[in-house]
Amino acid sequence: MKRFEVLGTGCKKCVTTAESIERVAQELGESIEVVKVTDPAKIMEYQVMSTPAVAVDGTVVHSGSIPDHAKIVSWLKA
Amino acid sequence: MLELFTSLANWLTYDLMGLSPETKLGTSIHFFIEDTTKILFLLVVMIYVIALARASLNLERVRAYIQQKNRLVGYFFGSGFGAITPFCSCSSIPLFLGFTSAGIPLGITMAFLFTSPIINEVAVIMLWSLLGWKFTLAYIVIGMAVGIVGGMILDSIKGERWLKDFAAKAYQNAATEARNHTDNPEMPEAPKLTFQERHQFAKDELKEILGRIWKWVLIGVGLGAALHGFVPDGWFAENLGSGQWWSVPAAVLAGLPLYSNATGVIPVMESLIVKGLPVGTTLAFCMSTVAASFPEFIMLKQVMSFRLLAIIFVILLANFMVVGWVINAISPWLFSGF
Repeated sequence: MKRFEVLGTGCKKCVTTAESIERVAQELGESIEVVKVTDPAKIMEYQVMSTPAVAVDGTVVHSGSIPDHAKIVSWLKA
Repeated sequence: MLELFTSLANWLTYDLMGLSPETKLGTSIHFFIEDTTKILFLLVVMIYVIALARASLNLERVRAYIQQKNRLVGYFFGSGFGAITPFCSCSSIPLFLGFTSAGIPLGITMAFLFTSPIINEVAVIMLWSLLGWKFTLAYIVIGMAVGIVGGMILDSIKGERWLKDFAAKAYQNAATEARNHTDNPEMPEAPKLTFQERHQFAKDELKEILGRIWKWVLIGVGLGAALHGFVPDGWFAENLGSGQWWSVPAAVLAGLPLYSNATGVIPVMESLIVKGLPVGTTLAFCMSTVAASFPEFIMLKQVMSFRLLAIIFVILLANFMVVGWVINAISPWLFSGF
């Protein structure tokens, strides 16, 4: 099961990002785990400077905006 | 070409609504229509064009630029990039840590964060269209100076002592690392973008920025319009004195509890100046409203001790007051004919 982490200090965009990942996963019938990471120290470890960012199984795949549908699908399919 | 908006406002206010330009209501509504249509038009065009140009500018590259410079140039670059880099205030903590963990001195990072809310393309466009290029230029110089001087003071008192432990440790590690590798860090390559991608980026930026600020434009211009129509010319000069020293700290304090972004304050600024508030006092008020915001400070609490926050707060307020006094003193020749 893939583990998605949404990195961000808790702004609205981060919530939207987590929700859209969950929604797309449901559409595709994939079961995944989505966690919101708000701890600044953790975000620093990932070396992310613009949020919201997304990490899949510990690797950052996206940062700085709400990811679009196609991108989320590509992470789920990969 | 911008006279088009005056004609539009004339037609809507005087012909369609049948108001007289002699009445207070008539002047206010005319001002509101002319300025909102003009500003919104300029914003749509300029935000799109600027976003096209900076589609390939990301924070990693900005950081590498700032890292390469020596200390003194660093403050200048920190503040300059703070002005031109798009970034939302919810990203300020990751940005702060990203800079700090790369060994960028606290003062340079803070120069970036101080200047960022004061100067951005929206503020510049609005100032330009409402107050002219001279004032815009002075505003940019002052905004950068506030960031640069604030950053220098922070470093001169070794502000990094009061960072939260994890942030201080990250900074120490990076500093040691930098001493062992004297060569400059590698510059991340600029992403190669097709025009289609740039257009997409610019379109998204436009939608996002406009969606965030349109109500501030309406509120700001609305307040400005009310001041314009209902406060007699020269009222401030008569009632608050013309540039007494205490009007500046009073303006800074008055701006504190008001939390707005530059978009909302600039139209108000224009009206205040026209009604006789001294330019320096007005600027001090504007900076205090825009740059010293409590939400921002509460966020920074995650990486700084309370003591450091308090110091930063005092430095900022002191800077605003100095700006106010200096500009009041030199404005007679700086803005002659203004």
